[in-house]
Amino acid sequence: MLTLTSPQKTIFHKISASQKLLALCVLSTALFQVGSLFILSGLIFTVMALYLAQGWSFARFGARMLWPLWPFVAIIALYHGVTNDIETGGEIILRMLIAVALANLVTMTTTLNDMIDVLMRLLRPLNWFGVSTKPVAITIALFIRFIPTLIDRSITMLAALRARSAGKSGWRIIVPLTLSVLNDAEHVANALRARGGVGTKDTG
Amino acid sequence: MERSTVLIAVLAALVAALGLVPKFTLAFGVPITAQSLGIMMCGTVLGAKRGGAAALLFIVLTLAGLPLLAGGRGGLGLLSGPSVGFIIGFPLAAFVTGWVMERVQTNVLTSSFIASFMGGVVALYIPGVIGMALILDKSLMAAFGLVSAFVIGDLVKVVICGFVTQAIYRAQPEKVLSRS
Repeated sequence: MLTLTSPQKTIFHKISASQKLLALCVLSTALFQVGSLFILSGLIFTVMALYLAQGWSFARFGARMLWPLWPFVAIIALYHGVTNDIETGGEIILRMLIAVALANLVTMTTTLNDMIDVLMRLLRPLNWFGVSTKPVAITIALFIRFIPTLIDRSITMLAALRARSAGKSGWRIIVPLTLSVLNDAEHVANALRARGGVGTKDTG
Repeated sequence: MERSTVLIAVLAALVAALGLVPKFTLAFGVPITAQSLGIMMCGTVLGAKRGGAAALLFIVLTLAGLPLLAGGRGGLGLLSGPSVGFIIGFPLAAFVTGWVMERVQTNVLTSSFIASFMGGVVALYIPGVIGMALILDKSLMAAFGLVSAFVIGDLVKVVICGFVTQAIYRAQPEKVLSRS
């Protein structure tokens, strides 16, 4: 399945996921203390340089991931243009773009598996209190496995609906889709139970 | 235990599928994604704890790098963007929907309306508006003004959620766990 990790290997791929996440937390927190348009402009060029240093296609992928922010950039620019407070507007826009671009950089250079590993490591202290994290791991695996199945099924159902109905709205598939999913869950749960359960008890 | 685990996983996957299937355009041309409808359904079908867990699973994996949010968005950048409150609000919305659903014991249709409104609108927009106000450095009222257009779409989803939950309950009552 498609993830947001860049297929192109960069120097950031070599840094461990937990270190990148820690750095991101520190940098993002620090960023919100910066109140100078001059420093923020310097930072955005640094971030752009970081992206561009990984190659043109990597930078383009990064720019595309920032694209959903354009309505907010437009609104802030308009608002602060009207109130004639362009400096504050510029700071808000730059700070937002830098923060999101840095976070995207971590996402683009860390595989989903590494991210899940960090998550499971963060949950590990639960084991000390007798709470098993095994069901969490199984739930994540089942979730990822079910996504393409359900997408395929909804596409099939939409096609069947379109072939038989004059209307264009697709919301009618939600009830049968949900019912089929709930039925699947029953079968999968039985199969899991037959194979030893989700591992809350140590059955050896 | 196995049943809960699997139900949480498949409902989270349903939320993902609802976000990726395009064109849930309603009669009067409000282009809405069915994703937040999925979040409401987590609550009305699974109840507070399991529904909240399903929404949480969906959000955590989206942040970890799966592009599951409507429009193919995902990744850690969501936590730094203006929609951060809505992202964090998803599990809260599902939990509140389920919590209300378990307590308002009228017929399934009415309960679902009330529950999905309290969860999918009230409990979602409070963190959503706060987050947007913080990131864009605006007042709460101004932030609410920016998202107010979407409230209409979400109210439509509250109605759909009610009818969908009722239909599921009629077909297979034992599947609506918030009621059993």
